[in-house]
Amino acid sequence: MDLYEYQGKQYFARFGIPTPAGVLCRTVDEARVGADELGYPVAVKAQVKVGGRGKAGGVQLARDAEEVQRHASNILGMDIKGHVVRRLWIQKDSNIAREYYASFTLDRARRLHLCMVSSKGGVEIEQVAATDPDAIARLHVDPVERLSAAQAAKLVADARLDEDARAQAADLLVKLYDCYTQGDCDLAEINPLVLTTDGRVLALDAKVTLDDNAAFRHPEWEEFADTEELDPREKLAKEKGLTYIGLSGSVGIIANGAGLAMSTLDVVNQVGGSAANFLDIGGGASAEVMASALEVINSDDAVRSILVNVFGGITRVDEVAKGVVEAMRRVELRSPIVLRLDGTNAEEGHEILAGHLSERVVVEETMVGAARRAVLLAGGES
Amino acid sequence: MSIFVDENTKVVVQGLTGSQGRFHGLRNRDYGTKVVAGVTPGKGGSDVDGVPVYDTVGEAVAATGADASFVVVPPKFAPDAIVESASAGVRFIVCITEGIPAQDEALFFNRLRRDHPGSRLLGPNCPGVISPGKCNIGITPGAIALPGGPVGVVSRSGTLTYQALHDLSRHDVGQTTCVGIGGDPVPGTGFIDCLAAFEEDPETRAVMMIGEIGGSEEERAAQFIADHMTKPVVCYIAGVTAPPGRKMGHAGAIISGSQGTAQAKMEALSAVGASVAQNPTEAAELMVKVVKNLA
Repeated sequence: MDLYEYQGKQYFARFGIPTPAGVLCRTVDEARVGADELGYPVAVKAQVKVGGRGKAGGVQLARDAEEVQRHASNILGMDIKGHVVRRLWIQKDSNIAREYYASFTLDRARRLHLCMVSSKGGVEIEQVAATDPDAIARLHVDPVERLSAAQAAKLVADARLDEDARAQAADLLVKLYDCYTQGDCDLAEINPLVLTTDGRVLALDAKVTLDDNAAFRHPEWEEFADTEELDPREKLAKEKGLTYIGLSGSVGIIANGAGLAMSTLDVVNQVGGSAANFLDIGGGASAEVMASALEVINSDDAVRSILVNVFGGITRVDEVAKGVVEAMRRVELRSPIVLRLDGTNAEEGHEILAGHLSERVVVEETMVGAARRAVLLAGGES
Repeated sequence: MSIFVDENTKVVVQGLTGSQGRFHGLRNRDYGTKVVAGVTPGKGGSDVDGVPVYDTVGEAVAATGADASFVVVPPKFAPDAIVESASAGVRFIVCITEGIPAQDEALFFNRLRRDHPGSRLLGPNCPGVISPGKCNIGITPGAIALPGGPVGVVSRSGTLTYQALHDLSRHDVGQTTCVGIGGDPVPGTGFIDCLAAFEEDPETRAVMMIGEIGGSEEERAAQFIADHMTKPVVCYIAGVTAPPGRKMGHAGAIISGSQGTAQAKMEALSAVGASVAQNPTEAAELMVKVVKNLA
């Protein structure tokens, strides 16, 4: 789960990482009141879970109430790369002397944590990595050993941060490591990390991605739950506990396992069709889960045919078949459905379906054959 | 021969008394796997369909000589179960548990790497390992695998692995061992570990590798193939049409920018001489040709 900038800063604050004062606002009035309380100047920042908001005009400096009013009304409702701005973060402006970069993430290749620090912050770190790789100091941290204060101190020196900033930055890195590990982040990134003219080191921005698998030990994450940005199909799927991603094609896809689902998308594409979605019913799905999956697909007006591709391992094909039959009883399926079912209890599954097959409910033996049939039924467009 | 597990492997199932543990543990035994013990703290002294249950892995190992374990417990308990197994000297640990936090995975992976170098972890969040006709640890449906080799299979995806096994067996091409490494951020065993083991195994004469978008494991595997593999490799990478920047179920299946795309992986593998298929069925067909040319 990605956090908004303001949520990321709130999360940082729990681990003692200093951030500038600010308030969350959803209306122009709230923005003006918030700015008055903070004192001018303030930064008016669009809260969207996508990069590039600065370039899109989503971050503006306001010196007085009138400017806050103007910027807030411009930014609220703005569309930034398909994300509509509904929240603003009004932040006390900091007098910036220098901009740095700091992050923790997992280096999958080395299977160790990776800390990156750079004295060149405030720009895209990918650009720094491409044009001036030596400007980024890297340190791999063994999770068994954790990050020591001495390592942090060496890292900020290696990154050639200004002398004035080093002690505070090193202290902040240790806290950021705690936030990343104890806080179960996939990514904890600060860009820019700033040194202010009055000598303080602050996280001026926050990019935090939480690991959904760790939600069971973080009841406090409940407050970050945010469904307003989801596409309505994704919202319905989420309520049903399905892994669903909306796409723009016409063949509705249901498969078990992420790999097989992705592969099904690929094969539909190869035979000249396009997928309306990615939907993984997961391992060990019940008839109920399968029926819900069909209901979600059925709610999508763009779907012209449905392709069910299941290879039973932990999932039992008879359960999948029962789910299909159940869904047909519960709702009227608007599109023809092509089923390709193999693996655990496949025979039992096919027996359950036998009485329900028709022109609109067909079985194919192979994945490619099923994809061809589904694309044909969808009208064959690519 | 086979890699990692064979007909002599003795398995202890951690979580045998749970519904999943019982179902898959007994299914593995029915396949012919030597399932010698179960472990559930507090249930020592009981049995599951004749398989004795112990309180700790240490006791199970001492009593039965188990050298492999099958961890089938919820995410909250899996990290301790894995470390317990390694501490008891278990050589090969298979964990199928889905949903373990990445921070926990990083921690127990490195704890094993440092303190228990003799233990190999497969998974978590993987289908397990099967050496057809000899040993099946995990959730792979045994019936779709064909004993006798000559193909070794390694895959990041569960159901795609089944698809590949099914297609190979349908073409009468047997497998030495099929390893599902799983799609989690910190896999205990990676592509390179398996490629190296298959290269060493005299009965494996060709390798099928199934990858997916995200990360750079496939690219590094390509480098390994170039440097160390003498045996032919057939590959398939899922996710050519996946939209960028979206997670597709597996924590591993995420693309950011140009790195980790299916296209980049396919190009890297193709460049080192591997045969690259467009879909799993075609991968099996390519492998049929490769195997014919071996003879």
